[in-house]
Amino acid sequence: MKYLTEFRDPELARWLLDAIAATASRRWTLMEVCGGQTHAIIRHGLDQLLADQVEFIHGPGCPVCVTPLETIDRALAIAARPEVIFCSFGDMLRVPGSDTDLFTVKARGGDVRVVYSPLDAVGLAEAHPDRQVVFFAVGFETTAPANALAAVTARRRRLANFSMLVSHVLVPPAMSAVATAPGNRVEAFLAAGHVCTVMGTEQYEPLVAAHRMPIVVTGFEPLDLLDGVRHAVAQLEAGRAELANAYRRAVQPAGNPAARAILAEVFTVCDRAWRGIGTIPDSGWRLADAWRDFDAEIRFDVGGLTVAESAACRSGAVLQGLIRPPDCAAFGTTCTPRRPLGATMVSAEGACAAYFQYRRLATAGSAAPDSAGPAAGVEA
Amino acid sequence: MCLGIPGRITEIWDDRGTRMALVDFGGVTRTVCLAYLPDVTVGQYTIIHAGFALTSVDEDAARQTLAMFRELGLLDEELGTAKAEVDR
Ligand code: SF4
Repeated sequence: MKYLTEFRDPELARWLLDAIAATASRRWTLMEVCGGQTHAIIRHGLDQLLADQVEFIHGPGCPVCVTPLETIDRALAIAARPEVIFCSFGDMLRVPGSDTDLFTVKARGGDVRVVYSPLDAVGLAEAHPDRQVVFFAVGFETTAPANALAAVTARRRRLANFSMLVSHVLVPPAMSAVATAPGNRVEAFLAAGHVCTVMGTEQYEPLVAAHRMPIVVTGFEPLDLLDGVRHAVAQLEAGRAELANAYRRAVQPAGNPAARAILAEVFTVCDRAWRGIGTIPDSGWRLADAWRDFDAEIRFDVGGLTVAESAACRSGAVLQGLIRPPDCAAFGTTCTPRRPLGATMVSAEGACAAYFQYRRLATAGSAAPDSAGPAAGVEA
Repeated sequence: MCLGIPGRITEIWDDRGTRMALVDFGGVTRTVCLAYLPDVTVGQYTIIHAGFALTSVDEDAARQTLAMFRELGLLDEELGTAKAEVDR
């Protein structure tokens, strides 16, 4: 497919690897912020190919993984109600709440439906005026424009039976939290390219200035990631800290102005708890006051619920780059994608799931390059 | 939910005031909303998230990036800085 296969060209990848190896005088520690990037790095074995030049710390950019436990429990409580059609993106169904997950609620007779677009949920509300349709509006800045337009469309169509359980998270405050955490080892960020398609690159200028760290806006194909690394390593070697855009074909400096305008209207910034990490100030979006009539938390009175995270799962440490998934005792034994203990094992974008899928057979803790391993995974 | 992938717009229509499109992802087609990309036209590539087109892929920029990578490789060969061990 166009602009997919081209950015997987193994020959060009080799040249980029050469360029990085020729520049790096030591091993640098980079954080790829987005779970989609983590997935691609592990899948294509880029961490193994760059083992001498780069240590990748996997960032918290997986919305499935960081949606707080109490939000999942609220979703479960709402989804179990007989009058409700509960609509969600498919990857939220297996995320464990305190006692159960949406998949189990569905198996027990709850009307839980997977939608591809939040507009499908609005369509369901229109088709079922006698039911309450609730959409589980989670995700980063990438899914927020879609979710905001669902609210706009529902209001335009005067749907009184549509509401949203909103738990959006924002990337830049999380990067600041990583950069200022005691014991932080990250020396440069590969920023999540798709978040920037919405919000632009401007929002990172203050972060570069405040933390004196290179931030390279990076795409998701192997060549994109290698180019992001190349930019970051070049800056680190030269002692520079700048904002660079290595994903120019998709990212404009101002992002998508039409989307930003609707986001600013429908949502308002709030403190947000990140699962396994804790509350990060100003790191989320909730419905703005003028849109609170669509707030499922209020409509179903589930706002008060508070819960405690299970002790067995170390996803918080994984999400902060403190341990790697195989370092968790439950990894691949009591915790697998079929029976996940933590959210990082659920989503394809979760670090635990990525390691389970592509590294289960490799010895835990070994990051050594292996000519027979996934190194060949830069696909033609 | 975040793994947006590029697809090609094959058809555009209006649904009660909202611009919608059919997008081809290498054989699989999906209906997507164009509310945030008012100016795209049939034939253009766009990246989709949760059923919404959020950015169009700049073909020139894509080509330039690939050309730059190629140049980088040629340059390395010229200067003899390429490391043989990468082929191991
Ligand atoms: S392997 Fe499972 S239990 Fe361990 S950190 Fe990952 S999700 Fe949690």
